[in-house]
Amino acid sequence: MSVSLLAFDQISFGYPPNGKTVLRALSLEIEPGTVTAILGPNGAGKTTLLHLALGWLAPQSGQVRLNGRPLSHYSRRELGHWIALVPQSERIPFEYSIMEYVLLGRAPYLAPLDMPGAEDCRIGAQVIEQVGLSHLNGRAITTLSGGERQLALIARALAQQPRLLLLDEPTSHLDLANKVRLLKLMQELAARGVTLLLTTHEPDVAAAIATHLVLMRDGQVYQTGPLPQVFTAEHLSATYNVTVKVTQVDGQRIALWT
Amino acid sequence: MAGLLVLVFALSLLVGRYPGPMLLSPERFANDELAQRLVWNLRLPRLLTAVMLGMSLSAAGMVLQMILGNPLVEPGFLGVSQGAAFGAAFSIIFLGSAAWLVQGAAVLFAFLGLALSYSLAHRARLGGWVLRLVLAGIAVSALFSAGVGVLKYIADPLRQLPEITFWLLGGLWSITWAQVRSVAPVVLISLYVMYRMRWRLNLLSLDDATAFSLGVAPGRERALALTAAVAATAAMVSVSGMVGWIGLIMPHIARRWFGADARHALPAAMLMGGLFAVVCDDMARTLLAGEIPIGILTSLIGALFFIGMLMTRNIRAER
Repeated sequence: MSVSLLAFDQISFGYPPNGKTVLRALSLEIEPGTVTAILGPNGAGKTTLLHLALGWLAPQSGQVRLNGRPLSHYSRRELGHWIALVPQSERIPFEYSIMEYVLLGRAPYLAPLDMPGAEDCRIGAQVIEQVGLSHLNGRAITTLSGGERQLALIARALAQQPRLLLLDEPTSHLDLANKVRLLKLMQELAARGVTLLLTTHEPDVAAAIATHLVLMRDGQVYQTGPLPQVFTAEHLSATYNVTVKVTQVDGQRIALWT
Repeated sequence: MAGLLVLVFALSLLVGRYPGPMLLSPERFANDELAQRLVWNLRLPRLLTAVMLGMSLSAAGMVLQMILGNPLVEPGFLGVSQGAAFGAAFSIIFLGSAAWLVQGAAVLFAFLGLALSYSLAHRARLGGWVLRLVLAGIAVSALFSAGVGVLKYIADPLRQLPEITFWLLGGLWSITWAQVRSVAPVVLISLYVMYRMRWRLNLLSLDDATAFSLGVAPGRERALALTAAVAATAAMVSVSGMVGWIGLIMPHIARRWFGADARHALPAAMLMGGLFAVVCDDMARTLLAGEIPIGILTSLIGALFFIGMLMTRNIRAER
């Protein structure tokens, strides 16, 4: 039996100080090479789950394993080689150029007082090219549009050369053209063998790119499995507690509500 | 920039009110023994202090701005400077005015000011972390200012009050080699730590979870940078009094000219801060027959510059 890339084993978690439970005995496995979308209502614990996968939050009970090894056995820098995060919205208080910002993604490969060198700049230029921002190279990141900025965040994460990319609502705030651009990029990354784990509020985004789907409800996994089996009217309706219909257009599933 | 600093520094050695106002000519300097003693014993330590002062405040300002992710903070905003002034005044009145005592008390209370601001910010129930920290800093600074007011009230007006007033206005006229020697180790080590961490500061300006995902220990590394910034500030305030605005303005100019990446902006801010402090001190000791406290000049120029900046360019401050 192959080892899961990422495994949540009976995870419970609550935020201090009152420790209100966000996740309750949650178990989930992410296989290498998959694109997994997490759907669920606000407050279901989606972002918390990503932060646990990152090691930024530690579960109160249970264990997160990366490639079969408990997360706590990895050093921070090692984790930075494996997992990268594209946060939902990144506050960037200073006017870094795109390259300066993307180079920050090389930090896990540098000793604490080292600075990025020629090889890091080469990788930086390569990922900027890959996300399609080369033409904006000298621009300050604070002057970019929402869609371009999201691409820059992804480029910074790709500079980490991660095996697992976590994306927290990557398409929120994006217009249709930018959304399509981003989904194409994510498909390319998946084709190159990067495992993707994303949260989203849009069932159609999940249907467009995910191979696997996780439906969360009340801090637990309600349904999980290959997309065609989970993306059903019954399951989506139960997840959001509204009536959802599922139809197909040109082979792609779409969720409709009434 | 470094060349310019060296040039201005050398020139400043020859600027003053001896033998006449303004410039001391090199020939005169070569022949006049009094001029040589004056330059060596008075102007040189004073100028070195000015350079260290400008560098420390600028570097500390930039470090605080970056680790708090807020371009509008400076050492004076977190109770550090006011804490140091209170400590100095406290020491002058109750403990004695020996240099090491006053400086020690200033450093101690500077850290106390920071610790108070920090713990108050943790307990505050309003706004995001940066806003809470800035508000807490304002409150703690006000408390220490009030404390200084009380100390001034009970101080001996002939002996102690002038000394305390010196702290509040800032000035470099009493600097001796002994003082330079007493603060140089702390200041140089702190500056070196900040300089070496400069690329890291970019990482610390990101959100905690993102910084963590890049292999950074946000809490520990922020604490290290903060300690270096406060140590340098407190040490300098302990010999030069409260000198405002350098820590806010210099990082802004440095970022505008050299880009936001602290790899370039931090060294640039240090050099520009050193330069600015030397020039301000030159003006402080030559413009009038008496000495103008340098803190007045930096505040005047800094505040005017800040107003100009507010009107010409939107300063990015989120949260």
